Amino acid sequence: MNRSIVPETIARQPWHVLIPLAGLVSLGAAVLYSAAGGSLQPYALSHVLRFCVFLVAAITLSRIPREFFRMAAYPAYGAILVLLILVELLGAVGGGSQRWLNLGFMTLQPSELMKPGIVLALARFYESLPASITASWRGLVPAGLLIAMPAFFVMIQPDLGTALAICFGGGMTMFLAGLPLWWFLGVAGSLAVIAPVAFFTLLHDYQRNRVLVFMDPESDPLGTGYHITQSKIAIGSGGFFGKGFGNGSQSHLDYLPESHTDFVFATMSEEWGMLGGLFVLLVFAIILFWGLRVARNSTDRFSSLLAAGMALTIFFYVAINLMMVMGLAPVVGIPLPFMSHGGSSMMTNMICLGTIMAVSRWQRRPSGLG
Amino acid sequence: MSLFRPRHVSMATLRNSFDRRSMVIGGVQAGIGILLASRLGYLSIAQNEKYKLESESNRVNLSLIPPRRGWILDRRGSPLASNRADFRVDVIPDRMTNEGQTIGELARLLRMQPVDVQDLRDKLEKSHGFAPVEVMSGLDWERFAAVSVRLPDLPGVVTQRGFSRFYPTGPSVGHLVGYVGAASAEEYEKERDPLLVTPGYKVGKDGLEKIFEKDLRGYPGARRVEVTAGGRVVRDLETREDMPGKPIKLTIDGPLQDYAARRIGLESGAVVAMDCHTGEVLAMASMPSYDPNSFSDGIGRIEWKMLADDDHVPLRNKVLRGLYPPGSTVKPMVALSFLEAGLHPEESVFCGGGLRVGNRVFHCWNRRGHGQVNMAKGIYQSCDVYFYHFAQRIGMDPIAAMARRLGLGQEFKLPVVGQSYGTVPDPAWKKRKYGKDWAIYDTVNATIGQGYFLVNPLQQAVMASRLASGLNLVPSMLFTDKAKPAPTLGIPQEHLDIIHKAMSDVVNGPGTAHRAALPMKDILLAGKTGTAQVVGLNVGNGKGGLWKHRDHGHFICFAPADKPRYAVAVVVEHGGGSGAAYPIARDVMTYLFDPNKAVEVLHGYEKEWGGTAQQRLDAKYRAYSQAYGGGAPAPPSEEKVEAADQPPATNQPIVSGPQTPPPEPVALPSTPVTAEPSAPAITLSPPGGNPQ
Repeated sequence: MNRSIVPETIARQPWHVLIPLAGLVSLGAAVLYSAAGGSLQPYALSHVLRFCVFLVAAITLSRIPREFFRMAAYPAYGAILVLLILVELLGAVGGGSQRWLNLGFMTLQPSELMKPGIVLALARFYESLPASITASWRGLVPAGLLIAMPAFFVMIQPDLGTALAICFGGGMTMFLAGLPLWWFLGVAGSLAVIAPVAFFTLLHDYQRNRVLVFMDPESDPLGTGYHITQSKIAIGSGGFFGKGFGNGSQSHLDYLPESHTDFVFATMSEEWGMLGGLFVLLVFAIILFWGLRVARNSTDRFSSLLAAGMALTIFFYVAINLMMVMGLAPVVGIPLPFMSHGGSSMMTNMICLGTIMAVSRWQRRPSGLG
Repeated sequence: MSLFRPRHVSMATLRNSFDRRSMVIGGVQAGIGILLASRLGYLSIAQNEKYKLESESNRVNLSLIPPRRGWILDRRGSPLASNRADFRVDVIPDRMTNEGQTIGELARLLRMQPVDVQDLRDKLEKSHGFAPVEVMSGLDWERFAAVSVRLPDLPGVVTQRGFSRFYPTGPSVGHLVGYVGAASAEEYEKERDPLLVTPGYKVGKDGLEKIFEKDLRGYPGARRVEVTAGGRVVRDLETREDMPGKPIKLTIDGPLQDYAARRIGLESGAVVAMDCHTGEVLAMASMPSYDPNSFSDGIGRIEWKMLADDDHVPLRNKVLRGLYPPGSTVKPMVALSFLEAGLHPEESVFCGGGLRVGNRVFHCWNRRGHGQVNMAKGIYQSCDVYFYHFAQRIGMDPIAAMARRLGLGQEFKLPVVGQSYGTVPDPAWKKRKYGKDWAIYDTVNATIGQGYFLVNPLQQAVMASRLASGLNLVPSMLFTDKAKPAPTLGIPQEHLDIIHKAMSDVVNGPGTAHRAALPMKDILLAGKTGTAQVVGLNVGNGKGGLWKHRDHGHFICFAPADKPRYAVAVVVEHGGGSGAAYPIARDVMTYLFDPNKAVEVLHGYEKEWGGTAQQRLDAKYRAYSQAYGGGAPAPPSEEKVEAADQPPATNQPIVSGPQTPPPEPVALPSTPVTAEPSAPAITLSPPGGNPQ
C-alpha cells in the first residue's frame, strides 16, 4: 500500500472485495436498466444510489469498535424484536398482514434487520458463555429461544423466506459455536420426519402449492409453475454469450415474473448468458471467501462468529435465490443480494458486509480501540 | 440425561471445532457454487436449443390470416358476392374466465341491443369451446378501438380487422349464392384445418358458397407478431399475405337477377330466365328470401322467428325445390308431341265446355265452350277439350317422351345443393310406383298438366327455351367464353313454327294473355299461361279466399317470337291464377331488352309494396325486434335450417280422378306417397277446375 499517495482511510478498505462488488452492482444496474425497457427509472438509478449510500454506511459501520458491537448486541436484538411485534400488532389492527413500518422517510422491514441481528445476538451469547457449558443445555436453550421468537413473528406475517433466513443464520452460528455435532444431525433427522407433517399442516396453501409445483413445474405451466418455467426458459435461452444487452424477450415481454427483483438473475442470464452468470457466481465466491477468511483469521470468539454468521447470511440469500431461479428450489420470495432491486435487501446485505469489514478492521487493531 | 451431559469443553477445543466446521461450511459453499455453475451450464448450454425454442414460441405468436374469399361474379364481372373490409369482435369461449362479466362489458362497449346479447348467449351455449363466436362485425372504428384497448381485461375476446362477405343485392341472390357462416363442429371434425377455427373465418353454408367452397376458399396468410405475456402485440415481425380464393364467374346477369327477385314483390314465387342460344341461366330468383348478409353471423332469434312465421317459406329455393303441377304450360309441348305423332294441325274438335271420357265428364275451363278448336286455337285459347280429345287418340307415351325431351322430369348437372326433379307420369311409371294400371283419365289429367305431373320452375324455363330454339339446351350456370353450340332436338322446324305462332297469339293474338305483351312495338313475346289448382272446387274457387287455397299461377315465354333470344318461366305460388305470373314475366323480359323501361315500372310497384325486398326485410326485422326483443324462441340447429329447404313430404293419398263434379265414386289408392318428392298436398281435379 502506498500510504504516501492514498489517504489511509481509503487505502485501508478491502478493495479486492469492494471492486468486484461494485462490478456486480453495476451489472445489476445494467440489468435493471434493461428490465425497465432501457431506462434509468425506476430501478437502475435508485439501485446505484442505494448502493452508494449503503456503502458509505457500511464503511461507517466498519469503523465502530468491537466493544460497541458487543455492548449493542442485546439491545439491538431487543429493539428489532419489539419492532417485529409492533408490525404484527399494526397489521392486526389494520386488518391484514403487514411486514413494514412506515417511518415517513422510508419503509422499514424489521424482519430484514433481524437477519444480521440474530447473528449479532448469538455471537455475543456464545462469546459470554463459558466454554465448559457450551455443549450443555445451557448453551442450547437460550440460543434456541433467541432464534425462535423472531422466527415465529416473521413466520406469522407470513414470510417464510425471511423466517428461514433467520433460522439459517442463527443455526449456522450455533453450529460454528461448537455445539455437539450430533445435535445438528438429530435436528436434521427430525426435520426430515416433521417436514412432511408441517408441509400439510403449517404451510399456507400458496406455500404448499409452490412446493408441489417445484416438484413438477410442467404440471401447471400457466399457473404457479409459470414462474419456474419462464425463469428456466430465460436462463436457458441465453446460451453462453446471451442474447445481448437489451434483447431479453422473456423479461421485456413480461413472460418473466418479477424480472427486477426475485428473478433478476434470470433477466441477467438471458441477456448476458452463462458468462454473466459465472461472473455473478465469481463475485459472490470472492465476497463469501473473504468473509470466511476474515472469520477464520479472527482470534476472538465474538469476531469469528460474527463475521462467519454475516457471510453465511449473505450466502443463504445467494444460494436460495439462485437455486430457485434455476429450478432447484421452490419459489420463495428471496432476492439476490446486490442485484435485485429493493432497499431492504440492499440494506441487510450491506450491514452484513459492513460488519465483516468491521471485523476485518479489528484484526489490524486487535485492541478494538479504533 | 446423557444428551446434555457436559463433556470436557475448553476454549481451545471450541476454537478447534470452529476451524474445522468453518472449513466444512466453506467446502459446502464451494460445492453449492459448483452445483449452481453446472446447473447454469446445463440450462444454457446443454438445453439451450430447447429453451431458445420455447422462448421464441413465447415471444412470437403465429396467427392465421383468413384468406379473402373468392368473389362470385355475374356474367359481366360485377360481384354478386364480394368482400368488404370489416372491424369485428369475436370471443373464444374456452378462454373466457368470467363469461357473464365479459359479455356485460362487451355489450356496454359495443352498445349491443338486448336481442343481440340474447343471440350471443344462445350461440355461446351451443359453441364448442375452441371455435370463435362472433360478437359483432361491421363495427365502426370508435367501438372497435374501445374494445381493443381493453383487451387485457377481457380474456377470450379477440378483435380483428379483416374482411367479411358482402352481397350487394342481399336477398335477391340469397337462394342462388347461399351464405357463409362460422364452421360448425362437424365441419371442423371433417377437415381438421386450423383455419376453420380462426376467428373471423367463414365457410359456405348453402348454395354456390357451399358447392364451390374449395375454390372460393384460397390459402390463408400468416402473421408473425411479437406479443407480451398479456397478449398485447408489440410489433409485426413478418407477414405472409393470404392467397385469395378463385373467383367464380356465373352466367347470371346480376342486374337481371336483382330485377327478377324484386319484381316478384310480395308474392311467393320463382323466376328463371335463360339464354335461348346457349342455355345459360341468366337469372334464377326465388322469393321471399333471406338476407345472406345478416346470416353470416349466425341465424339470430328474430331472424328465425321471421322465417318461421312466414308462410311463404323463405328458406326454400323454389326454383329447384318447388314442385308444382305445370297446368296449361305443358300444352305447347303436348301439341308438339301430337304433331310428331302425325296429327294435322288443322284437325279440329268441337268444344262444348266438356268432354265425356268413359262415364265421367271432364270440363273445359271455359264452361261455355270454345266451339270448333284446331291446334292453334287449342293453345292460344288453352282449350282443355282439344287436348282431352286428341290425347286419347295419341296416347300418353309420346306425350311423356316429348315432356322428357323438353326437360321436364329431368335433373340437370348444375352446381346447386339440391334439385327436386318432379314427375313426368306415364303408364310404366304408374305401374312401378303404385302397381296400378294407367287409366284413360290419367292421360286426360296429364295432358293439361295436372294429375301426377310435377315440375320445378327451372324445368319449365328449360322447356320454354327448347320449345323456342328447337335445340337441346342444357342449363348452365358457370360462365365460359367458348360455349359449345347445343345440338338440335331434331324437331322439324315447321312444327316449331306452328307452336311459335300459336304461343305468340296467346299474347299478341286472340289469346289468353294480352296484358303480357311487351311495351315495345318491334319485339313480340310468345308465351303460354298456366293455372294449377291447389284445392278442389269444393274447398275454394282458387281465386280468392285463403291464400293457401289459391291456385298457382304459371307463365312460360320467350322473345322475340320470330327469333327467340331469351326464355323466361315464372311461378307464383297461390297467385290465384296465371294472371299473377305473366305480368312478372313480361317485365322481366322487358328488362332484357329495355332495362330503363322495366325499372320504371318496378319503382312504381315498390312504392306500393313499401320499398325493395331488402328494405322490407329490414323493416320487418325492426318490427319483430321491437315486438319480441330477446324473447323470440331460440333458433334451431343448423341442420334444422337446412331441412326447411326440403319440400314437405306429402302424407295425403293422391286422388286419381275428377272430384268435382263427382260423376261417380273414385277408387283411392290406399298407399300414401312417401318416397317421391312431390308438391304440397295437391288435390287433383281436372274438369271444371282448370280455369285459365
